[in-house]
Amino acid sequence: MDMSQYLDIFMEESKENLQSMNDILMKLESSPEDISLLNEIFRIAHTLKGMSGTMGFSNISSLTHEMENILDDIRNGKIRISNNVIDLLFECFDELEKYVNEIEKHNNEGGLSSSDLIEKLQQLMKAQEDDGSKAEVSNAGNLDVEVQQEREIIVNEYVDSTIKRAAEKNYNVYLVKVSLDKKCMLKSARAYIVINTLEKIAEVIQSTPSIEDIEDEKFDFHFELIIVSKNSKDFIASEMNNISEIESIEIADILDRKLAITPSNDDELTSELEDREQTVNKAATDANEDVAIKKTKTGKTVRVDIDRLDNLMNLVSELIIIKTRLEDIDDSEKRQRMNEATEHLERITTSLHDAVMKVRMVPIERVFNRFPRMVRDLSKELNKEISLIMTGADTEVDRTVIDEIGDPLIHLIRNSIDHGIEDMETRERSSKDKKGTVKLSAYPDGNSVVIEVEDDGKGIDIEKVKGKAIEKNIISLQQSQLMEDNEIIQLLFAPGFSTADKISDLSGRGVGLDVVKTKIEALGGTVEVDSFKGQGSKFIIRLPLTLAIIQALLVVTGEEKYAIPLNNIKEISTITSKSIRKVQGNEVVLFRNATLPIMRLANLLKVPNINEDQEEYTIVIVKKGDRVAGIVVDELIGQQEIVIKSLGKYLASIKGIAGATILGNGSVALIIDTNSFY
Amino acid sequence: MEATNQYVVFKLEEEYYGIDINFVETIERVVEITRLPNAPHYIKGVINLRGEVIPVIDLRTRFNIEDKAISEESRIIILTIEEMTIGLLVDSSSEVLTIEKEEIDNTNSLINYSEDEYIKGIGKVNERMIIILDPMKILYYHNQEG
Repeated sequence: MDMSQYLDIFMEESKENLQSMNDILMKLESSPEDISLLNEIFRIAHTLKGMSGTMGFSNISSLTHEMENILDDIRNGKIRISNNVIDLLFECFDELEKYVNEIEKHNNEGGLSSSDLIEKLQQLMKAQEDDGSKAEVSNAGNLDVEVQQEREIIVNEYVDSTIKRAAEKNYNVYLVKVSLDKKCMLKSARAYIVINTLEKIAEVIQSTPSIEDIEDEKFDFHFELIIVSKNSKDFIASEMNNISEIESIEIADILDRKLAITPSNDDELTSELEDREQTVNKAATDANEDVAIKKTKTGKTVRVDIDRLDNLMNLVSELIIIKTRLEDIDDSEKRQRMNEATEHLERITTSLHDAVMKVRMVPIERVFNRFPRMVRDLSKELNKEISLIMTGADTEVDRTVIDEIGDPLIHLIRNSIDHGIEDMETRERSSKDKKGTVKLSAYPDGNSVVIEVEDDGKGIDIEKVKGKAIEKNIISLQQSQLMEDNEIIQLLFAPGFSTADKISDLSGRGVGLDVVKTKIEALGGTVEVDSFKGQGSKFIIRLPLTLAIIQALLVVTGEEKYAIPLNNIKEISTITSKSIRKVQGNEVVLFRNATLPIMRLANLLKVPNINEDQEEYTIVIVKKGDRVAGIVVDELIGQQEIVIKSLGKYLASIKGIAGATILGNGSVALIIDTNSFY
Repeated sequence: MEATNQYVVFKLEEEYYGIDINFVETIERVVEITRLPNAPHYIKGVINLRGEVIPVIDLRTRFNIEDKAISEESRIIILTIEEMTIGLLVDSSSEVLTIEKEEIDNTNSLINYSEDEYIKGIGKVNERMIIILDPMKILYYHNQEG
């Protein structure tokens, strides 16, 4: 069968699964005793195995198969979770991710081979098995096999009390372990028959995995039920034997076992058992809470081809163009009716725009998800203790932003950890917490989304930046003396700048912050830095909420119309020609007691037929982070909602032009990228 | 791409040129062209083609022919090349001709006057000479812009 049509689905699903595997591995590292996490990883590995097997990606399926074995041993207590094991699991995850990336690029697994990793896994299993069996022999003694099994029975308080009550009323409580035949095709249906049969003669009070999971076929071939019944063990067994496709059924009396254990004189053993029971209970309640949280969190999602969304967006764009055209019709008689119609149309287009935009919006979580792992690896590598605090992961941004923002953020976080946060000794000497903190937060702010990367490290060393900038010929000595601190910090974003004393693997390759800046500006955003010496620094990224439709100011220069995105505009003002001064050939004006550099749009865009000499100029004051500049235009037309159209691949990068839009009269106006001017 | 031997023929100054019909989307009357600052000199500007913004190359400038005002006869030929949609501003265009392969001479053996090789060959139809163009080579001006 041709599998290529399923490849997209496979990619999408394996990426999702890998992402949650990563999350869970992180959680597992901090709470290794949580069995529900193990189950979850197991389930993911199993899903991946199944999917890759179907698609014919044999390397993935053999690797996940080994993972399953290991995980199974961990679940059964044969292997203890240690850092080694977690690292190994992470390695497996990395490997799987590599495969998936390879498949995405070349539609096959490529020349990668994970035989080394598989060997490692097998060795671990062997080593631990030897260990485990020894341990079992040494401390077994009184612990019989059934006690060993109790680890796997997760009992919550409700079930526990039911069992107790049942015991008081002389009911029997059994643990029924069912193994389905490996050839069984409809596992969940078969399981359903088992449960249904049992319910006729007993009450099922708990099942592991849960009934829902069993219905969804989220179990291997085994499941366990705790039942309360008046009937005897043998009777139940005989009833069950009538069901086909079952490999084995074990029925054990829970009450018997408990009674057998409790009167035991071995105090140590009893307390140990109690402890164990407590952790088991805790794990169970935790797991229940987890499930509850997950259920509220996962809203219904639809996977939509981005092309279809784009098409929808284009339709809305058309609508908006028509709306603008209607607004332009000037027939005084029908004016009143026209107004009503346009208002109506406007309402529709606005809500349609909102609706479509929302479809395109994805929580920034998708990007944030990969950072905990990265920070973990970095802190190990650099021997710095770092805690990463993330807030606002549910903040939504346009899908396009999600794809593009990852790399810049990785860079900034690396930067913070590598350059910002001091090593542990230095931190202790300056009476800071030994553990450094990196805060990553996102929040919506009006029409934009703000993402901040903040660290409590040493802050930016202004003098060092200055020295480096002079050394690298980015500024001259004289210039450096005139510059203010925040202007100097801006130099960090200059191409070819890097302050790291030693070039490390992570950052300081001199391709740093200028790339971040370019990328963010390409998205129509800005990036700023705040820094306090000794207290840390903060990078603030501001991105537009949507990339397709924006508010803009239409201006005229010469005979041409241009649109300036409202996001970039600070204010509009007029200045007299007399107030303009020339400093080193550049025009500036004193505006609100600060010098404001002046640029003439006509010069920037080489506009023909312009009227240079006027007494008064209209200036549009644009901002880029903390910096401002005044752009001289001839005339203002007004504010308008515009649809951004790309100039296409052929004219990919024209300086100063961010795109184009179509005006109500059908003519094209270019959108000015003010950020590129200064 | 299927070889159809059909060419959209247009006029520039006194010469006739042909472009493989497979590249041609439509032929449009000249609409308002918005100048595009900081673009290569042969980019006349951009137009609104049914809601899409399309760049237009002035073929006169591109071929170093003297400028001429846009007239009633002027046309913009819309091409699609490697997923890019581009317009070519020409003096006039009105016909589609079938030129058999054997009627097209390879220019390499004839002349080598062109610095960039946008000319693919010269076709002959009823004593008329038609210069066959390579659209891809028109787009990029290797000598100056690189």
